[in-house]
Amino acid sequence: MRALDFDYMLGLVPVLLGYVPLTLGMALAGMALALVLASLLAVERVAKLPVIDPLVVLFISFFRGTPLLVQLFLFYYGLPQVLSFLTQINGVTAAIMGLTLHFSAYMAESIRAAITGVDRSQWEAAQAVGMTQSQMMVRIILPQAARIAAPTLVNYFIDMIKGTSLAFTLGVTEMMGATQKEAAGSFLYFEAFLVVAVIYWIIVEALSFAQRGLETRLNRAFAR
Amino acid sequence: MIEITGLTKGFGGGPVLNGIDLSIAPGERIVVIGPSGTGKSTLLRCLNFLDRPEAGTIRVGDLTVDAAKATKAQILALRRRTAFVFQNYALFANKTARENITEALVTVQRKPRAEAEARADSILGEIGLAEKAGSYPAALSGGQQQRVGIGRAMALDAQLMLFDEPTSALDPEWVGEVLDLMRRVAEQHQTMLIVTHEMQFAREIADRVIFMEGGRIVEEGPPAQIFDDPRDARTKAFLRRVR
Repeated sequence: MRALDFDYMLGLVPVLLGYVPLTLGMALAGMALALVLASLLAVERVAKLPVIDPLVVLFISFFRGTPLLVQLFLFYYGLPQVLSFLTQINGVTAAIMGLTLHFSAYMAESIRAAITGVDRSQWEAAQAVGMTQSQMMVRIILPQAARIAAPTLVNYFIDMIKGTSLAFTLGVTEMMGATQKEAAGSFLYFEAFLVVAVIYWIIVEALSFAQRGLETRLNRAFAR
Repeated sequence: MIEITGLTKGFGGGPVLNGIDLSIAPGERIVVIGPSGTGKSTLLRCLNFLDRPEAGTIRVGDLTVDAAKATKAQILALRRRTAFVFQNYALFANKTARENITEALVTVQRKPRAEAEARADSILGEIGLAEKAGSYPAALSGGQQQRVGIGRAMALDAQLMLFDEPTSALDPEWVGEVLDLMRRVAEQHQTMLIVTHEMQFAREIADRVIFMEGGRIVEEGPPAQIFDDPRDARTKAFLRRVR
């Protein structure tokens, strides 16, 4: 048993904080894209379009059924071998792509469940005033589904922030990659990984705090 | 002029609408009465395809829809010529009272926002809820919600307003204010087709009363005739029960 090197840990904090923008940037980009893709997938799952529906089911099944790490390797190391135009793909892009596809599969299912959870009267009222299917979805159903799905979606976002750490396996020097390099230089593995763990933890806690604000906002219309 | 011919609808088992023929003159107020489960609500819901009829035609103005081969575009056009007031209000839960009224004016009718808002404010005044303009449905009483539901339908300037038991879900204390509002709508020569169990109200405002049973129109006529001198044994039996 040896004492922790607190000076080393304190010195490491600003170094690692420098990588927070990249970590959050990847997560935010992945989340934004995943939300769009997941909403489209979810609406399709509810509408059950011919021909497309089985493809969507297959997509969701594959990206939920295989590990994120395997998917990332498949995109970054595997795809360029069969699709020559992808040879230029960089690690950050591949990571965002992988996170988007992986999480959109999960999020599609919770958005689909939220859509079907919106009261039948809301669909009928939208139809009765003469809205088209897409007007009904965008104006009435999805905003109400968002409220139902919000807690789960924030959970996926938290998962995605932590998932960005896998980008270091694609050679991206993000927060985890930087920690790995620092630790390899100092041999203080415990200190280095403890610091990065705490930084992830604080980011997620800050997000949970923001979540309460978001939910209050989404519930505004439903307060008595 | 609204013309319904041979409207038929079956739900799994037997038929719910058994070839309904009905023509409605502009400004006419028709009240449909009859026992529960005899297709009154289904008739209304088939007229704007909330339930899909299997056969028959519906003509509203220059639009004629053949139920058996109705296209999406025809269904949309039909819905845009009718307005519907729901038993359970069905206000858009994510919109304020005012937005419930402006929503279709802006999204469906493509009116400029300012015009839609002016219309909404004038209607909110008419339904006595000007001070609730910014309230969400969850914060309104049942009676207030249904008044907004009627306001939303009024704003559409539809050729036919359909009322599906608009007071049946209300606590007794709110029924009066909703019926009062419907009386005022009736005074504006709005064409109305109303399903209700409020017999006194039916007698007051109807130009014609229709008695339905078993998915058919059994008897129809002016309120005085239906209520005071019914011909059919089934109408007599029903009216004895509800009095």
